[in-house]
Amino acid sequence: MIHARGLTKRFGEFTAVDGIDVDVLRGEAFGFLGPNGAGKSSTMRMIGCVSPPSAGTLRILGMDPAADGPAIRARLGVVPQQDTLDLELTVRENLLIYGRYFGLSRALVRERADELLDFVQLTDRAKDKVEPLSGGMKRRLTIARSLINDPEILLLDEPTTGLDPQARHTLWDRLFRLKQRGVTLVLTTHYMDEAEQLCDRLVVMDKGRFVAEGSPRELIARYSTREVLELRFRADEDISVYGEKLAGLVERIEVLPDRLLLYTDNGDRTTEEVHARGVRPAGTLVRRSTLEDVFLRLTGRTLVD
Amino acid sequence: MTTTTARPVQQRPAPGSVRRTAAALEYWLVQYRTVWRGTVVSGVLTPVLFLTAMGVGLGALVDDAGRLGGEYLLFLAPGLMAATAMQTAEFESTYPVMGGIKWIRTYHAMLATPLGVADILLGHLLFVALRVLSVASIYLLVIALFGAAPSWLALAAVPAALLTGMAFSAPIFAFSAGNENDAGFAALERFVIVPLFLFSGTFFPVSQLPDAIEWVAYVTPLWHGVELCRGLVLGTAELGVSVAHVGYLTVCTVVGVAAAYETFRRRLEKTG
Repeated sequence: MIHARGLTKRFGEFTAVDGIDVDVLRGEAFGFLGPNGAGKSSTMRMIGCVSPPSAGTLRILGMDPAADGPAIRARLGVVPQQDTLDLELTVRENLLIYGRYFGLSRALVRERADELLDFVQLTDRAKDKVEPLSGGMKRRLTIARSLINDPEILLLDEPTTGLDPQARHTLWDRLFRLKQRGVTLVLTTHYMDEAEQLCDRLVVMDKGRFVAEGSPRELIARYSTREVLELRFRADEDISVYGEKLAGLVERIEVLPDRLLLYTDNGDRTTEEVHARGVRPAGTLVRRSTLEDVFLRLTGRTLVD
Repeated sequence: MTTTTARPVQQRPAPGSVRRTAAALEYWLVQYRTVWRGTVVSGVLTPVLFLTAMGVGLGALVDDAGRLGGEYLLFLAPGLMAATAMQTAEFESTYPVMGGIKWIRTYHAMLATPLGVADILLGHLLFVALRVLSVASIYLLVIALFGAAPSWLALAAVPAALLTGMAFSAPIFAFSAGNENDAGFAALERFVIVPLFLFSGTFFPVSQLPDAIEWVAYVTPLWHGVELCRGLVLGTAELGVSVAHVGYLTVCTVVGVAAAYETFRRRLEKTG
Protein backbone atom coordinates (compact mmCIF):
# COMPACT_ATOMS: atom_id res chain seq x y z
CA MET A 1 0.00 0.00 0.00
CA ILE A 2 2.82 2.35 0.95
CA HIS A 3 6.39 1.87 -0.18
CA ALA A 4 9.20 4.30 0.67
CA ARG A 5 12.95 4.09 0.22
CA GLY A 6 15.35 6.72 1.47
CA LEU A 7 12.43 9.07 2.02
CA THR A 8 13.75 12.48 3.07
CA LYS A 9 12.22 15.85 3.89
CA ARG A 10 14.34 18.92 4.37
CA PHE A 11 13.27 22.43 5.30
CA GLY A 12 16.27 24.56 4.40
CA GLU A 13 19.12 23.37 6.59
CA PHE A 14 16.88 21.30 8.83
CA THR A 15 16.30 17.64 7.99
CA ALA A 16 12.91 16.61 9.36
CA VAL A 17 12.88 13.12 7.86
CA ASP A 18 16.23 11.50 7.23
CA GLY A 19 16.12 8.72 4.66
CA ILE A 20 13.55 6.29 6.04
CA ASP A 21 12.43 2.99 4.46
CA VAL A 22 8.82 1.95 5.06
CA ASP A 23 6.46 -0.68 3.71
CA VAL A 24 2.87 -0.73 4.88
CA LEU A 25 0.76 -3.73 3.88
CA ARG A 26 -2.95 -3.88 3.12
CA GLY A 27 -5.15 -4.22 6.18
CA GLU A 28 -2.51 -3.62 8.81
CA ALA A 29 -2.38 -0.89 11.42
CA PHE A 30 1.00 0.77 11.22
CA GLY A 31 2.25 3.34 13.70
CA PHE A 32 4.93 5.98 13.88
CA LEU A 33 5.78 6.42 17.56
CA GLY A 34 8.01 9.23 18.68
CA PRO A 35 8.23 12.50 20.59
CA ASN A 36 7.21 15.86 19.16
CA GLY A 37 9.59 16.92 16.43
CA ALA A 38 10.66 13.37 15.53
CA GLY A 39 9.50 13.84 11.93
CA LYS A 40 6.22 11.92 12.21
CA SER A 41 3.97 14.65 10.83
CA SER A 42 6.38 15.47 8.01
CA THR A 43 6.32 11.80 7.04
CA MET A 44 2.53 11.78 7.15
CA ARG A 45 2.31 14.89 5.00
CA MET A 46 4.49 13.24 2.37
CA ILE A 47 2.38 10.08 2.46
CA GLY A 48 -0.73 12.27 2.22
CA CYS A 49 0.69 13.77 -1.01
CA VAL A 50 0.55 17.30 0.39
CA SER A 51 4.26 17.87 0.85
CA PRO A 52 6.66 16.63 -1.84
CA PRO A 53 9.65 14.57 -0.66
CA SER A 54 13.08 16.24 -0.86
CA ALA A 55 14.70 12.94 -1.82
CA GLY A 56 14.00 9.21 -2.04
CA THR A 57 11.22 7.23 -3.65
CA LEU A 58 7.64 7.07 -2.45
CA ARG A 59 4.80 4.99 -3.91
CA ILE A 60 1.28 5.08 -2.51
CA LEU A 61 -1.15 2.47 -3.87
CA GLY A 62 1.44 1.86 -6.57
CA MET A 63 1.38 5.48 -7.73
CA ASP A 64 3.84 8.34 -7.55
CA PRO A 65 2.61 11.32 -5.47
CA ALA A 66 4.45 13.78 -7.69
CA ALA A 67 2.53 12.65 -10.77
CA ASP A 68 -0.75 11.26 -9.40
CA GLY A 69 -1.46 13.35 -6.29
CA PRO A 70 -5.20 13.81 -6.92
CA ALA A 71 -5.69 10.16 -7.91
CA ILE A 72 -3.95 8.97 -4.74
CA ARG A 73 -5.69 11.43 -2.46
CA ALA A 74 -9.02 10.28 -3.91
CA ARG A 75 -8.36 6.92 -2.22
CA LEU A 76 -6.93 8.20 1.08
CA GLY A 77 -8.67 9.36 4.21
CA VAL A 78 -6.85 11.96 6.30
CA VAL A 79 -7.34 12.86 9.95
CA PRO A 80 -5.01 15.83 10.46
CA GLN A 81 -3.33 16.67 13.73
CA GLN A 82 -5.14 20.01 13.93
CA ASP A 83 -8.87 19.99 13.15
CA THR A 84 -9.86 21.59 9.85
CA LEU A 85 -13.62 21.50 10.38
CA ASP A 86 -15.71 24.51 9.43
CA LEU A 87 -17.11 25.66 12.76
CA GLU A 88 -19.77 27.87 11.15
CA LEU A 89 -21.34 25.01 9.20
CA THR A 90 -23.38 22.20 10.70
CA VAL A 91 -22.01 18.76 11.46
CA ARG A 92 -23.78 17.30 8.43
CA GLU A 93 -22.81 20.16 6.09
CA ASN A 94 -19.17 19.54 6.93
CA LEU A 95 -19.53 15.98 5.67
CA LEU A 96 -21.54 16.92 2.59
CA ILE A 97 -19.13 19.52 1.25
CA TYR A 98 -16.13 17.32 1.97
CA GLY A 99 -17.65 14.51 -0.09
CA ARG A 100 -18.06 16.94 -2.97
CA TYR A 101 -14.29 17.49 -3.04
CA PHE A 102 -14.01 13.84 -4.06
CA GLY A 103 -16.40 14.39 -6.95
CA LEU A 104 -19.13 12.28 -5.32
CA SER A 105 -22.73 12.99 -6.31
CA ARG A 106 -24.94 14.85 -3.85
CA ALA A 107 -27.19 11.82 -3.44
CA LEU A 108 -24.29 9.50 -2.62
CA VAL A 109 -22.76 12.02 -0.25
CA ARG A 110 -26.03 12.38 1.65
CA GLU A 111 -26.35 8.64 2.02
CA ARG A 112 -22.73 8.25 3.18
CA ALA A 113 -23.04 11.20 5.58
CA ASP A 114 -25.97 9.59 7.38
CA GLU A 115 -24.17 6.25 7.67
CA LEU A 116 -21.02 7.87 8.96
CA LEU A 117 -22.80 10.07 11.49
CA ASP A 118 -24.35 6.90 12.82
CA PHE A 119 -20.94 5.20 12.93
CA VAL A 120 -19.36 7.99 14.99
CA GLN A 121 -22.50 8.41 17.12
CA LEU A 122 -23.22 11.98 16.09
CA THR A 123 -26.60 11.48 14.39
CA ASP A 124 -28.44 13.54 17.01
CA ARG A 125 -26.00 16.45 16.50
CA ALA A 126 -26.26 16.39 12.68
CA LYS A 127 -28.02 19.76 12.42
CA ASP A 128 -25.95 21.54 15.08
CA LYS A 129 -23.10 23.81 14.29
CA VAL A 130 -19.65 22.35 14.91
CA GLU A 131 -18.47 25.19 17.17
CA PRO A 132 -20.06 24.04 20.48
CA LEU A 133 -19.11 20.35 20.10
CA SER A 134 -16.65 18.84 22.58
CA GLY A 135 -13.10 18.03 21.48
CA GLY A 136 -13.92 14.33 21.31
CA MET A 137 -17.00 14.94 19.16
CA LYS A 138 -15.04 17.15 16.77
CA ARG A 139 -12.43 14.43 16.47
CA ARG A 140 -15.12 11.85 15.74
CA LEU A 141 -16.59 14.15 13.11
CA THR A 142 -13.15 14.55 11.54
CA ILE A 143 -12.87 10.76 11.39
CA ALA A 144 -16.33 10.46 9.84
CA ARG A 145 -15.33 13.10 7.31
CA SER A 146 -12.13 11.24 6.43
CA LEU A 147 -14.22 8.16 5.60
CA ILE A 148 -16.63 9.88 3.20
CA ASN A 149 -14.77 8.56 0.13
CA ASP A 150 -14.53 5.00 1.46
CA PRO A 151 -10.73 5.23 1.68
CA GLU A 152 -8.37 2.29 1.37
CA ILE A 153 -5.81 3.90 3.66
CA LEU A 154 -6.66 6.06 6.63
CA LEU A 155 -3.91 8.43 7.80
CA LEU A 156 -4.29 9.59 11.40
CA ASP A 157 -1.88 12.20 12.75
CA GLU A 158 -2.02 12.24 16.55
CA PRO A 159 -5.66 11.15 16.54
CA THR A 160 -6.33 11.46 20.27
CA THR A 161 -3.93 14.17 21.41
CA GLY A 162 -5.69 16.54 23.77
CA LEU A 163 -8.68 14.30 24.46
CA ASP A 164 -9.84 13.04 27.84
CA PRO A 165 -9.45 9.30 28.57
CA GLN A 166 -13.07 8.43 27.89
CA ALA A 167 -13.09 10.22 24.53
CA ARG A 168 -9.86 8.45 23.60
CA HIS A 169 -11.34 5.04 24.33
CA THR A 170 -14.45 5.82 22.27
CA LEU A 171 -12.21 6.82 19.40
CA TRP A 172 -9.97 3.78 19.69
CA ASP A 173 -13.07 1.60 19.59
CA ARG A 174 -14.17 3.19 16.29
CA LEU A 175 -10.70 2.86 14.80
CA PHE A 176 -10.53 -0.77 15.88
CA ARG A 177 -13.79 -1.44 14.04
CA LEU A 178 -12.40 0.17 10.91
CA LYS A 179 -9.37 -2.05 11.12
CA GLN A 180 -11.59 -5.10 11.45
CA ARG A 181 -13.30 -4.02 8.26
CA GLY A 182 -10.03 -4.09 6.40
CA VAL A 183 -9.13 -0.39 6.27
CA THR A 184 -5.36 0.10 6.41
CA LEU A 185 -4.54 2.43 9.29
CA VAL A 186 -1.40 4.54 9.41
CA LEU A 187 -1.07 6.65 12.52
CA THR A 188 1.38 8.76 14.41
CA THR A 189 1.29 9.09 18.14
CA HIS A 190 3.44 10.00 21.07
CA TYR A 191 1.29 7.91 23.38
CA MET A 192 2.64 4.45 23.95
CA ASP A 193 -0.75 3.17 25.12
CA GLU A 194 -2.32 4.30 21.87
CA ALA A 195 0.38 2.53 19.86
CA GLU A 196 -0.09 -0.63 21.93
CA GLN A 197 -3.86 -0.50 21.55
CA LEU A 198 -4.00 0.05 17.83
CA CYS A 199 -0.82 -0.94 16.03
CA ASP A 200 0.08 -4.33 14.59
CA ARG A 201 3.48 -2.96 13.73
CA LEU A 202 5.26 0.23 14.52
CA VAL A 203 8.45 2.11 14.12
CA VAL A 204 10.01 4.16 16.87
CA MET A 205 11.12 7.44 15.39
CA ASP A 206 13.60 9.95 16.74
CA LYS A 207 15.24 12.91 15.01
CA GLY A 208 13.96 11.93 11.58
CA ARG A 209 15.18 8.33 11.72
CA PHE A 210 13.82 4.94 12.75
CA VAL A 211 15.49 3.60 15.87
CA ALA A 212 13.48 0.37 16.09
CA GLU A 213 10.78 -1.52 14.25
CA GLY A 214 8.42 -4.35 15.15
CA SER A 215 5.18 -5.23 16.91
CA PRO A 216 4.66 -3.62 20.32
CA ARG A 217 5.22 -7.01 21.98
CA GLU A 218 8.43 -7.70 20.05
CA LEU A 219 9.83 -4.28 20.81
CA ILE A 220 9.20 -4.67 24.52
CA ALA A 221 10.72 -8.15 24.55
CA ARG A 222 13.76 -6.98 22.62
CA TYR A 223 14.50 -3.70 24.37
CA SER A 224 13.07 -4.03 27.86
CA THR A 225 12.50 -6.46 30.70
CA ARG A 226 9.26 -8.10 31.74
CA GLU A 227 8.66 -5.77 34.67
CA VAL A 228 9.69 -2.36 35.83
CA LEU A 229 10.08 -1.26 39.41
CA GLU A 230 9.52 2.47 39.83
CA LEU A 231 10.94 4.08 42.95
CA ARG A 232 9.73 7.55 43.85
CA PHE A 233 11.52 9.82 46.26
CA ARG A 234 10.77 13.09 48.02
CA ALA A 235 11.47 16.14 45.91
CA ASP A 236 14.28 17.37 48.19
CA GLU A 237 16.29 14.15 47.92
CA ASP A 238 19.17 13.64 45.50
CA ILE A 239 18.04 10.71 43.42
CA SER A 240 21.40 10.00 41.82
CA VAL A 241 22.81 9.00 45.23
CA TYR A 242 20.24 6.18 45.38
CA GLY A 243 21.07 5.27 41.83
CA GLU A 244 24.64 4.63 42.91
CA LYS A 245 23.58 2.72 46.01
CA LEU A 246 21.51 0.34 43.91
CA ALA A 247 24.05 -0.09 41.13
CA GLY A 248 24.46 -3.68 39.99
CA LEU A 249 21.19 -4.81 41.57
CA VAL A 250 19.52 -5.16 38.19
CA GLU A 251 20.64 -5.18 34.58
CA ARG A 252 19.65 -1.57 33.94
CA ILE A 253 18.63 1.46 36.01
CA GLU A 254 17.26 4.70 34.55
CA VAL A 255 17.62 7.83 36.65
CA LEU A 256 14.79 10.29 35.90
CA PRO A 257 14.40 13.66 37.62
CA ASP A 258 11.67 12.40 39.97
CA ARG A 259 12.17 8.65 40.11
CA LEU A 260 14.35 5.61 39.48
CA LEU A 261 13.33 2.90 37.03
CA LEU A 262 14.73 -0.58 37.75
CA TYR A 263 14.41 -3.04 34.86
CA THR A 264 13.86 -6.50 36.22
CA ASP A 265 12.11 -9.80 35.55
CA ASN A 266 10.70 -9.96 39.05
CA GLY A 267 9.57 -6.65 40.52
CA ASP A 268 8.59 -7.93 43.93
CA ARG A 269 11.92 -9.63 44.55
CA THR A 270 13.79 -6.53 43.42
CA THR A 271 11.68 -4.44 45.82
CA GLU A 272 12.87 -6.61 48.70
CA GLU A 273 16.47 -6.30 47.57
CA VAL A 274 16.12 -2.50 47.41
CA HIS A 275 14.90 -2.46 50.99
CA ALA A 276 17.73 -4.85 51.98
CA ARG A 277 20.22 -2.26 50.71
CA GLY A 278 18.72 0.28 53.07
CA VAL A 279 17.00 2.42 50.43
CA ARG A 280 13.62 3.69 51.63
CA PRO A 281 11.74 5.30 48.71
CA ALA A 282 8.60 7.40 49.30
CA GLY A 283 6.70 5.09 46.96
CA THR A 284 7.21 1.93 44.90
CA LEU A 285 5.32 0.63 41.89
CA VAL A 286 5.80 -2.60 39.99
CA ARG A 287 4.39 -2.49 36.47
CA ARG A 288 4.90 -4.30 33.19
CA SER A 289 7.19 -2.78 30.58
CA THR A 290 5.67 -0.46 27.98
CA LEU A 291 6.78 1.17 24.77
CA GLU A 292 7.71 4.17 26.88
CA ASP A 293 10.50 2.05 28.38
CA VAL A 294 11.55 0.96 24.91
CA PHE A 295 11.79 4.55 23.86
CA LEU A 296 13.73 5.53 26.95
CA ARG A 297 16.16 2.68 26.34
CA LEU A 298 16.65 3.59 22.69
CA THR A 299 16.96 7.35 22.99
CA GLY A 300 17.69 8.07 26.63
CA ARG A 301 14.68 10.37 26.70
CA THR A 302 11.01 10.13 27.61
CA LEU A 303 8.26 10.36 24.99
CA VAL A 304 6.09 13.00 26.60
CA ASP A 305 7.92 15.78 28.35
CA MET B 1 -21.50 2.62 7.82
CA THR B 2 -22.17 -1.11 7.96
CA THR B 3 -21.66 -1.07 4.22
CA THR B 4 -18.31 0.73 4.23
CA THR B 5 -16.09 -2.18 3.44
CA ALA B 6 -18.68 -4.89 3.25
CA ARG B 7 -18.92 -3.77 -0.35
CA PRO B 8 -15.71 -3.90 -2.33
CA VAL B 9 -13.72 -0.72 -2.36
CA GLN B 10 -14.90 1.31 -5.31
CA GLN B 11 -12.09 2.65 -7.37
CA ARG B 12 -13.58 5.92 -8.39
CA PRO B 13 -11.44 8.05 -10.64
CA ALA B 14 -10.29 11.34 -9.16
CA PRO B 15 -12.42 14.22 -10.44
CA GLY B 16 -10.95 16.32 -13.26
CA SER B 17 -9.67 19.83 -12.68
CA VAL B 18 -12.94 21.55 -13.71
CA ARG B 19 -14.93 19.51 -11.20
CA ARG B 20 -12.29 20.05 -8.55
CA THR B 21 -12.42 23.82 -9.01
CA ALA B 22 -16.23 23.69 -8.99
CA ALA B 23 -16.13 21.76 -5.70
CA ALA B 24 -13.88 24.40 -4.14
CA LEU B 25 -16.29 27.11 -5.35
CA GLU B 26 -19.18 25.11 -3.91
CA TYR B 27 -17.63 25.31 -0.44
CA TRP B 28 -17.63 29.11 -0.54
CA LEU B 29 -21.21 29.15 -1.80
CA VAL B 30 -22.33 26.84 1.01
CA GLN B 31 -20.54 29.08 3.47
CA TYR B 32 -22.08 32.19 1.88
CA ARG B 33 -25.55 30.80 2.54
CA THR B 34 -25.06 31.67 6.21
CA VAL B 35 -24.39 35.38 5.54
CA TRP B 36 -26.04 36.26 2.21
CA ARG B 37 -28.89 38.31 3.65
CA GLY B 38 -26.59 40.85 5.23
CA THR B 39 -24.56 41.24 2.07
CA VAL B 40 -27.65 41.89 -0.05
CA VAL B 41 -28.87 44.57 2.37
CA SER B 42 -25.52 46.36 2.32
CA GLY B 43 -25.28 45.78 -1.43
CA VAL B 44 -28.44 47.85 -1.90
CA LEU B 45 -27.93 50.36 0.91
CA THR B 46 -24.40 51.39 -0.08
CA PRO B 47 -25.29 52.76 -3.53
CA VAL B 48 -28.56 54.29 -2.31
CA LEU B 49 -26.83 56.18 0.53
CA PHE B 50 -23.80 57.27 -1.48
CA LEU B 51 -25.76 58.40 -4.51
CA THR B 52 -28.26 60.27 -2.34
CA ALA B 53 -25.73 62.03 -0.13
CA MET B 54 -22.97 62.76 -2.60
CA GLY B 55 -24.63 62.47 -5.97
CA VAL B 56 -27.82 64.33 -5.22
CA GLY B 57 -26.94 66.33 -2.07
CA LEU B 58 -23.36 67.39 -2.68
CA GLY B 59 -23.99 67.21 -6.42
CA ALA B 60 -26.40 70.17 -6.24
CA LEU B 61 -23.58 72.39 -4.94
CA VAL B 62 -21.09 71.11 -7.52
CA ASP B 63 -23.57 71.63 -10.32
CA ASP B 64 -24.23 75.21 -9.15
CA ALA B 65 -20.51 75.94 -9.45
CA GLY B 66 -20.80 74.70 -13.02
CA ARG B 67 -17.18 73.75 -13.50
CA LEU B 68 -17.63 70.03 -14.26
CA GLY B 69 -19.43 70.57 -17.55
CA GLY B 70 -22.12 68.06 -16.66
CA GLU B 71 -24.24 66.66 -13.84
CA TYR B 72 -22.16 65.55 -10.82
CA LEU B 73 -24.41 62.56 -10.13
CA LEU B 74 -23.66 61.23 -13.60
CA PHE B 75 -19.94 61.75 -13.09
CA LEU B 76 -19.87 60.22 -9.63
CA ALA B 77 -22.11 57.15 -9.94
CA PRO B 78 -20.01 55.00 -12.33
CA GLY B 79 -16.82 55.87 -10.41
CA LEU B 80 -18.40 54.71 -7.18
CA MET B 81 -19.50 51.54 -8.88
CA ALA B 82 -15.90 50.70 -9.83
CA ALA B 83 -14.60 51.73 -6.39
CA THR B 84 -17.19 49.55 -4.66
CA ALA B 85 -16.13 46.61 -6.83
CA MET B 86 -12.59 47.20 -5.56
CA GLN B 87 -13.69 47.33 -1.92
CA THR B 88 -15.80 44.20 -2.20
CA ALA B 89 -12.87 42.39 -3.79
CA GLU B 90 -10.55 43.61 -1.05
CA PHE B 91 -12.87 42.47 1.74
CA GLU B 92 -13.39 39.03 0.20
CA SER B 93 -9.68 38.56 -0.52
CA THR B 94 -8.16 39.34 2.88
CA TYR B 95 -9.76 37.81 5.98
CA PRO B 96 -11.33 34.81 4.20
CA VAL B 97 -7.96 33.91 2.66
CA MET B 98 -6.22 34.17 6.03
CA GLY B 99 -9.05 32.08 7.47
CA GLY B 100 -8.54 29.40 4.85
CA ILE B 101 -4.85 29.21 5.73
CA LYS B 102 -4.83 29.82 9.46
CA TRP B 103 -8.10 30.15 11.31
CA ILE B 104 -10.66 27.81 9.79
CA ARG B 105 -7.97 26.03 7.77
CA THR B 106 -10.35 25.27 4.93
CA TYR B 107 -7.54 25.13 2.39
CA HIS B 108 -5.78 22.45 4.41
CA ALA B 109 -8.98 20.41 4.61
CA MET B 110 -9.30 20.68 0.83
CA LEU B 111 -5.65 19.72 0.24
CA ALA B 112 -6.24 16.35 1.92
CA THR B 113 -8.72 15.54 -0.87
CA PRO B 114 -8.14 15.37 -4.64
CA LEU B 115 -8.17 19.19 -4.72
CA GLY B 116 -4.82 20.82 -5.44
CA VAL B 117 -3.49 24.31 -4.84
CA ALA B 118 -4.63 25.56 -8.25
CA ASP B 119 -8.17 24.22 -7.73
CA ILE B 120 -8.36 25.79 -4.28
CA LEU B 121 -7.13 29.16 -5.53
CA LEU B 122 -9.33 29.27 -8.64
CA GLY B 123 -12.42 28.08 -6.78
CA HIS B 124 -12.02 30.83 -4.21
CA LEU B 125 -11.27 33.49 -6.84
CA LEU B 126 -14.40 32.44 -8.74
CA PHE B 127 -16.43 32.96 -5.59
CA VAL B 128 -14.98 36.46 -5.19
CA ALA B 129 -15.84 37.09 -8.84
CA LEU B 130 -19.44 36.10 -8.18
CA ARG B 131 -19.59 38.42 -5.17
CA VAL B 132 -18.17 41.35 -7.14
CA LEU B 133 -20.51 40.57 -10.02
CA SER B 134 -23.57 40.65 -7.78
CA VAL B 135 -22.48 43.84 -6.00
CA ALA B 136 -21.78 45.55 -9.35
CA SER B 137 -25.13 44.41 -10.77
CA ILE B 138 -27.03 45.81 -7.81
CA TYR B 139 -25.03 49.02 -8.10
CA LEU B 140 -25.91 49.48 -11.75
CA LEU B 141 -29.56 48.81 -11.00
CA VAL B 142 -29.59 51.54 -8.36
CA ILE B 143 -27.74 53.91 -10.70
CA ALA B 144 -30.42 53.28 -13.32
CA LEU B 145 -33.16 53.95 -10.77
CA PHE B 146 -31.48 57.28 -9.99
CA GLY B 147 -31.71 58.02 -13.71
CA ALA B 148 -27.94 58.12 -13.99
CA ALA B 149 -27.44 55.42 -16.64
CA PRO B 150 -28.33 57.17 -19.91
CA SER B 151 -26.83 54.53 -22.25
CA TRP B 152 -27.50 50.85 -22.91
CA LEU B 153 -23.74 50.47 -22.93
CA ALA B 154 -24.11 50.73 -19.15
CA LEU B 155 -24.81 46.99 -19.10
CA ALA B 156 -21.20 46.45 -20.14
CA ALA B 157 -20.11 48.34 -17.03
CA VAL B 158 -20.99 45.26 -14.94
CA PRO B 159 -18.27 43.05 -16.47
CA ALA B 160 -15.99 46.11 -16.45
CA ALA B 161 -16.51 46.47 -12.69
CA LEU B 162 -15.99 42.74 -12.31
CA LEU B 163 -12.65 43.00 -14.07
CA THR B 164 -11.72 45.96 -11.86
CA GLY B 165 -12.53 43.88 -8.79
CA MET B 166 -10.44 40.94 -9.98
CA ALA B 167 -7.50 43.22 -10.79
CA PHE B 168 -7.46 43.85 -7.03
CA SER B 169 -8.63 40.47 -5.76
CA ALA B 170 -5.88 38.38 -7.35
CA PRO B 171 -2.89 40.43 -6.12
CA ILE B 172 -4.55 40.79 -2.69
CA PHE B 173 -4.88 36.98 -2.53
CA ALA B 174 -1.10 36.85 -2.95
CA PHE B 175 -0.65 39.57 -0.33
CA SER B 176 -2.94 37.85 2.19
CA ALA B 177 -1.33 34.43 1.75
CA GLY B 178 2.07 36.02 2.25
CA ASN B 179 1.10 37.60 5.58
CA GLU B 180 1.67 35.81 8.87
CA ASN B 181 -1.29 37.50 10.54
CA ASP B 182 -4.06 39.98 9.82
CA ALA B 183 -2.16 43.10 10.97
CA GLY B 184 -1.23 43.85 7.35
CA PHE B 185 -4.87 44.11 6.32
CA ALA B 186 -5.44 47.33 8.26
CA ALA B 187 -2.37 48.81 6.57
CA LEU B 188 -3.62 47.71 3.16
CA GLU B 189 -6.94 49.40 3.86
CA ARG B 190 -5.37 52.58 5.21
CA PHE B 191 -2.49 53.08 2.81
CA VAL B 192 -3.79 51.56 -0.42
CA ILE B 193 -7.52 51.09 -0.64
CA VAL B 194 -8.72 54.34 0.98
CA PRO B 195 -6.26 56.59 -0.92
CA LEU B 196 -7.23 54.89 -4.17
CA PHE B 197 -10.90 55.26 -3.33
CA LEU B 198 -10.41 59.00 -2.80
CA PHE B 199 -7.90 59.91 -5.51
CA SER B 200 -8.49 57.66 -8.52
CA GLY B 201 -10.96 59.91 -10.28
CA THR B 202 -13.96 58.63 -8.41
CA PHE B 203 -15.02 61.93 -6.86
CA PHE B 204 -13.22 64.41 -9.11
CA PRO B 205 -11.14 64.20 -12.30
CA VAL B 206 -7.51 63.28 -11.60
CA SER B 207 -6.48 66.32 -13.67
CA GLN B 208 -7.31 68.28 -10.49
CA LEU B 209 -4.39 66.55 -8.75
CA PRO B 210 -0.82 67.91 -8.69
CA ASP B 211 1.03 66.58 -11.76
CA ALA B 212 3.25 64.10 -9.92
CA ILE B 213 0.31 62.51 -8.14
CA GLU B 214 -1.78 62.60 -11.28
CA TRP B 215 0.73 60.22 -12.87
CA VAL B 216 0.51 57.90 -9.89
CA ALA B 217 -3.24 57.81 -10.39
CA TYR B 218 -2.80 56.66 -13.99
CA VAL B 219 -0.80 53.65 -12.83
CA THR B 220 -3.37 52.45 -10.29
CA PRO B 221 -5.85 49.85 -11.50
CA LEU B 222 -8.75 51.73 -9.96
CA TRP B 223 -8.33 54.76 -12.22
CA HIS B 224 -8.59 52.48 -15.27
CA GLY B 225 -11.65 50.81 -13.79
CA VAL B 226 -13.31 54.14 -12.99
CA GLU B 227 -12.65 55.55 -16.46
CA LEU B 228 -13.84 52.37 -18.12
CA CYS B 229 -17.08 52.18 -16.11
CA ARG B 230 -17.76 55.88 -16.55
CA GLY B 231 -17.38 55.70 -20.32
CA LEU B 232 -19.71 52.73 -20.51
CA VAL B 233 -22.41 53.97 -18.13
CA LEU B 234 -22.53 57.38 -19.81
CA GLY B 235 -22.18 55.92 -23.30
CA THR B 236 -19.14 58.07 -24.06
CA ALA B 237 -16.61 55.22 -24.18
CA GLU B 238 -14.11 55.22 -27.04
CA LEU B 239 -13.11 51.80 -28.29
CA GLY B 240 -9.31 52.25 -28.31
CA VAL B 241 -9.14 53.78 -24.84
CA SER B 242 -11.52 51.19 -23.41
CA VAL B 243 -9.48 48.34 -24.86
CA ALA B 244 -6.37 49.84 -23.23
CA HIS B 245 -8.15 49.98 -19.84
CA VAL B 246 -9.35 46.39 -20.22
CA GLY B 247 -5.86 45.31 -21.21
CA TYR B 248 -4.26 46.99 -18.21
CA LEU B 249 -6.78 45.49 -15.76
CA THR B 250 -6.37 42.05 -17.37
CA VAL B 251 -2.60 42.23 -16.94
CA CYS B 252 -3.05 43.13 -13.24
CA THR B 253 -5.38 40.16 -12.82
CA VAL B 254 -3.16 37.66 -14.61
CA VAL B 255 -0.01 38.76 -12.81
CA GLY B 256 -1.96 38.68 -9.54
CA VAL B 257 -3.18 35.12 -10.13
CA ALA B 258 0.35 33.93 -10.92
CA ALA B 259 1.71 35.59 -7.77
CA ALA B 260 -1.16 34.19 -5.69
CA TYR B 261 -0.52 30.67 -7.00
CA GLU B 262 3.13 30.88 -6.03
CA THR B 263 2.45 32.23 -2.51
CA PHE B 264 -0.38 29.73 -1.95
CA ARG B 265 1.82 26.83 -3.01
CA ARG B 266 4.65 27.82 -0.70
CA ARG B 267 2.47 28.67 2.24
CA LEU B 268 0.24 25.60 2.09
CA GLU B 269 3.11 23.19 1.59
CA LYS B 270 4.96 24.63 4.54
CA THR B 271 2.29 24.68 7.24
CA GLY B 272 0.36 21.63 8.28
